[in-house]
Amino acid sequence: MKKKKSVVSYNKWGYIFLIPFAVVFVIFQLIPLVNTIKNSFFEHYRDGLTIIGPNWVGLKNYGKLFSEGNILKYFKNTMIMWIMGFVPQIIISLLFAAWFSDPSLRLKCQRFFKTVIYLPNLIMASAFSMLFFTLFSTVGPVNDILIKLGIIKEAYDFMAHTGSVRTLVALMNCLMWFGNTTILLLAGMMGIDTALFEAAEVDGATANQVFWKITLPILKPILIYVMVTSLIGGLQMFDVPQILTDGKGSPNNSATTLIMCLNNHLYSKNYGMGGALSVILFFITGVLSIIVFKFSGNEDKYGKA
Amino acid sequence: MKKRLLALSMAMIMAAGTLAGCTGDTAPASTTGGDEGGSTTTEATPTEKPVLDENVEVVDVSEEVEGKVLNIYCWNEEFKSRLTDHYPGYTEVDATHGKIGDIDVVWNITPSDDNAYQNNLDETLLKQDSAAADDKIDLFLVEADYALKYVDTDYTMPVTDLGISLSELSTQYKYTQDVMTSSDGKLKGVSWQGCPGVLIYNREAAKTVLGSDEPADVQAAVKDWDTYKATAADMKKAGYYMTATVNDTYRTFSNNVSVPWVSADKKVQVDDNIKRWVDDSKEMYDAGEIKSTENLWGDAWSSGFYPDGKVFCYFGPAWLINFCMAADTDGSIANQGGWGATEGPQGFFWGGTWICAANGTDNKATVADIMRKLTVDKDIMVDIVKKDDDFVNNQPAMEELAASDYTSAVFGGQNPLGMFAAGAKNISLDKISAYDQGCNEEFQNAMKDYFDGNADYDTALNKFYDAITTKYPALSK
Repeated sequence: MKKKKSVVSYNKWGYIFLIPFAVVFVIFQLIPLVNTIKNSFFEHYRDGLTIIGPNWVGLKNYGKLFSEGNILKYFKNTMIMWIMGFVPQIIISLLFAAWFSDPSLRLKCQRFFKTVIYLPNLIMASAFSMLFFTLFSTVGPVNDILIKLGIIKEAYDFMAHTGSVRTLVALMNCLMWFGNTTILLLAGMMGIDTALFEAAEVDGATANQVFWKITLPILKPILIYVMVTSLIGGLQMFDVPQILTDGKGSPNNSATTLIMCLNNHLYSKNYGMGGALSVILFFITGVLSIIVFKFSGNEDKYGKA
Repeated sequence: MKKRLLALSMAMIMAAGTLAGCTGDTAPASTTGGDEGGSTTTEATPTEKPVLDENVEVVDVSEEVEGKVLNIYCWNEEFKSRLTDHYPGYTEVDATHGKIGDIDVVWNITPSDDNAYQNNLDETLLKQDSAAADDKIDLFLVEADYALKYVDTDYTMPVTDLGISLSELSTQYKYTQDVMTSSDGKLKGVSWQGCPGVLIYNREAAKTVLGSDEPADVQAAVKDWDTYKATAADMKKAGYYMTATVNDTYRTFSNNVSVPWVSADKKVQVDDNIKRWVDDSKEMYDAGEIKSTENLWGDAWSSGFYPDGKVFCYFGPAWLINFCMAADTDGSIANQGGWGATEGPQGFFWGGTWICAANGTDNKATVADIMRKLTVDKDIMVDIVKKDDDFVNNQPAMEELAASDYTSAVFGGQNPLGMFAAGAKNISLDKISAYDQGCNEEFQNAMKDYFDGNADYDTALNKFYDAITTKYPALSK
């Protein structure tokens, strides 16, 4: 009897400690989420200083997004720029993590380099983007150098070509995030039991074999985590292309991401279309995350069996 | 198990509570939203520009008690410096505060980048009714591109309600009043400046290519668009670009349209003259006669302020020349007095700032006095011209100065006021709409793809329609 009582009183404290999180979650996450979904069924915007709505329109906003909104194009843009940035990012990070975690390489100044590769992430994305915008403008230093070296004759307008704009966005995302990914992967690699490596070495495995057959399979949960977080971050790509293209997604909307489209809808406080777009983004994120998790979960089962 | 059920039910109650909470909260909000939508005057885009009603009754405000705080909303320091330098009785306290007699002046300056100024102004205006007397906006500024957004609403107060009679304003240029005339014929704001544009040319280039830098001779080479294009070809041969960007000439076309951007039934329409701008610019850019397709205010645009930029001309009003063309920087053409001014192929105007009184102001007499002093008082306005090189909204004063020995340093001793004065008289603003700002910006953005060769004209046009209906959901293609 006495024992039971003490358990109950502990429970009470558990709930009390949960209150701050619950309150913050409800106010800043749940209510906005529910409101967003609600807004997506209403026509609600400003025409000059006149407020139109909110009027119930059912699924009309969703229909409009797909019929006139180019939403598939923007989704494609977002994914292309994410993949262009993510593939080199994961390769570089894996390579760096493998080097840093390999004791036989005896790398010097590890701490210094780990700090340096993380540094780009500390710069505000908008500042980073502004910097690239200036560097790569037609009268910027990159064009100056290329012309003076005789590589090109006339200034190349990086912002006027689909390929160069997308490459710049991908490059910036890659530069900003590869440090972060390296640290994550490195932590995963350090966690691997060194006995496994030693055993492999005794068995005569090459460094390549150790990497592909031991490190990568054990690292998989971390890799999946990195991939999912990067994917969600990628779908929400906004500041870098927004500032690089001055909010226009030029050329020809080829660098307009889903969130930039959302931002455009909010110009006239169009909560209906904005809400609909957000809900669609919510579902895309959900579905993609489930796919990635399912894919990894099945393999884990086979691995254990 | 029991405990788990308890926890689950608690969680559900919590969630349900919040759901109920928010529906409860939003229901009244939505009805008030609807009410507001109904009570504000509907913005009918007029097919014909309303005419100023001369017989509006002037309200006498001299007996009204003045509020303690004068709140001014604007987007840069320009109006503040005009008030500081030229309004008698204004004393500056600090960067955002001043005093006129007993009244505290509070400046709320929000830059117009990314529409921040209007967003801030709109939010405050929508709350104007419920704000405390000292927090209400008393005076705010608007630009021509979006003036109609405010003119045809109840948020702006007719100047006659401030005690200003229309006959007092007879010295102002007519177009400055046309812009601010609401559909029921009331004048909702006044301006101290006039913004007729001229063609600003590089004297050195004119000497080299045209053999003379006299305004009359240059005018002969740019007198209409065909001659202008022929001159552009000559400029190219001599290593000069005609203009820095394709957008330089935009206003001369967009101010001479036959239909406004938005029709009465809120459909977006592209005028033939705007299409002509696209065709001419594309042709000249492809021929290498225009330097860049970048936006105004960008690096490529401003490169022509210096001799190395090799740009022959810019299009702009008085404020562009004096404030924006790097006149204070050593080595710039403006600094050396190397620009000249001539009428150019077509008359146009660009920009201009209007003073509006916000409905609900408790400082009517002060606002009226500011309007009178800055936009009617001849001595003050002449002083503005002499001190700040602005072109002011006072017809007799400007004509007098045009005939005087006033000279402008950036123009190498030329007196451009006569040209401006003639231009200001001819400006007509009967084809503007409340959506011009967005239409102009989005159209230039969309056409950049066409100029760059990334899209054909129809694709670019569709992109424009797409962007404009996203920006203004009330409009349709």
